[in-house]
Amino acid sequence: MKFESQAVAKPYFVFALLLFALQIVFGLIIGLQYVVGDFLFPYIPFNAARMVHTNLLIVWLLFGFMGAAYYLVPEEAGVELYSVKLAKILFWVFAAAGVLTVAGYLLVPYAKLAAFTKNEWFPTMGREFLEQPTIAKVGIVVVALGFLFNIGMTILQGRKTVINTVLITGLLGLALMFLFSFYNPENLALDKYFWWWVVHLWVEGVWELIMGSILAFVLIKTTGVDREVIEKWLYVIIAMALITGIIGTGHHYYWIGPKPYWLWLGSFFSALEPIPFFAMTVFAFNMVFKRRRNHPNRAALLWAMGTGVMAFLGAGVWGFLHTLAPVNYLTHGSQITAAHGHMAFYGAYAMINLTIISYAMPVLRGQGEAASPKAQVVEMWGFWLMTVSMVFITLFLTGAGILQVWLQRLPDASNALSFMDTMDQLAVFFWMREIAGVGFFIGLLCYFSSFFVGAKSTSTVAFNG
Amino acid sequence: MAEVFTKTAARNIYIGGSVFFILFFLGLTFETVRSMPTRDHRENLTESVARGKLLWEENNCIGCHSLMGEGAYFAPELGNVFQRRGMANEQAFKGFLKGWMDAQPLNVPGRRAMPQFNLNADEVNDLADFLIWTSNIDNNNWPPNIEG
Repeated sequence: MKFESQAVAKPYFVFALLLFALQIVFGLIIGLQYVVGDFLFPYIPFNAARMVHTNLLIVWLLFGFMGAAYYLVPEEAGVELYSVKLAKILFWVFAAAGVLTVAGYLLVPYAKLAAFTKNEWFPTMGREFLEQPTIAKVGIVVVALGFLFNIGMTILQGRKTVINTVLITGLLGLALMFLFSFYNPENLALDKYFWWWVVHLWVEGVWELIMGSILAFVLIKTTGVDREVIEKWLYVIIAMALITGIIGTGHHYYWIGPKPYWLWLGSFFSALEPIPFFAMTVFAFNMVFKRRRNHPNRAALLWAMGTGVMAFLGAGVWGFLHTLAPVNYLTHGSQITAAHGHMAFYGAYAMINLTIISYAMPVLRGQGEAASPKAQVVEMWGFWLMTVSMVFITLFLTGAGILQVWLQRLPDASNALSFMDTMDQLAVFFWMREIAGVGFFIGLLCYFSSFFVGAKSTSTVAFNG
Repeated sequence: MAEVFTKTAARNIYIGGSVFFILFFLGLTFETVRSMPTRDHRENLTESVARGKLLWEENNCIGCHSLMGEGAYFAPELGNVFQRRGMANEQAFKGFLKGWMDAQPLNVPGRRAMPQFNLNADEVNDLADFLIWTSNIDNNNWPPNIEG
């Protein structure tokens, strides 16, 4: 570790991984409810379990991003973190808010949680992914402001590199767009229009800045390629991300009220959205081929290349598959959407977090530059099991989606199957998806166990800690 | 090659491109918000519709259902349930919805189960008004057929 204050990233990473594990458990529960409809009913109804699954995803990714920032910003800026104490306090505030929110989802009916947290005073609850009680949303904003202040002060006091500038731009954008979660008009059409300002402009906008800068940091460290080259790539990637992604929001505006010209705008710009993700893949592979050193942490390099490929497949290819308006007319809100969502989130944002965690954890744990070769082998098994399982989850959901469109959407009204009858026909795909999900869980266990095997250091620079 | 396309050029494309498209997007948003009243028929957005939306949210309906294709994909689309289950007749739909909500959970073994939300008659009426208003938003004729 170059700076002592980087150590504050460790609890963020550990907690992120614990939430990740819990997210997968709930994924298995709702996956099973797709075929055994009354599984755990009425104790954990589908809506509660799904909310836990998606909200845990968002929260663990945010924990990961924060950990990444606390780790890389001091190193990039060349100074200690502005306040380690603030980072520690905010960790506990955010963890407590997260745990309380999830406990609330599971322990009482949602309507009770809404009543208990006085949602009627300032209604923001009950919209997909933004289900958190208003008070919890305020908590997220407070944590984000403190975090941005801490990171911002650190950068101001130190070196302003392209990487830390892009990172904080992305993080500022993340906080700014989240403010739209407080805008919930009585008019559903307006509500939906601006809801996407949080959801789309996060994952297909500012989060790409965060992802790009984390990837650039890890590649500089592990390949030794010249910073100038990497920074130029980073600019190209984020330029393409914003040029395509901002108007690309239009692919969500086809069928929720806005005028038909969005069909053209959304189709054209979102068809270009794979470009930045493709650039990330080319970037990662190019830098690894041009590497000037052989970094002992080969697992981190695998994650870095993997996130490029999987983000391109999940966000790029599977996004493109259903983004053109005439196609989307048939696939909108079908299992195709679910297929895309799973691989895109895993490939881009879960894997970029696992990349920085893989790179930073050995350093934070005092193992030197890398975990032992044995631990890395186990970690790479985790990589392959989780990644291949996710490919299968995506393929099975895609199969389900195609069949759903065929049975439910394509025929005319008198021949189309009802939603529930269609679901019965898709059961075999959902069973296979659940099996792939179990495979993912085994990969996750494998990944976790890599932290406990062969703790002996490979590097001569070993600390105890 | 490195000399032809410099880091500064890449940075300028990033800054220029994003500022341009942010402004373009804000312009489009201004136009969309201005034209929205003719699309969403807000003249029909009564207090009952607004109360219905709050009920929709506070019972996390979106956690299973989709509304205009957005939400979870576990239970039927409800943006057009007024047409599907009420044959676009207000009285018929309200009668259906009250009966449906009261009957939950259906307790069919293995079937996806909808919880009992304990809504009273006024609340079900509000919820119905919200779904009826939603079904009349001009959304470029989605979904493709009545099954949603």
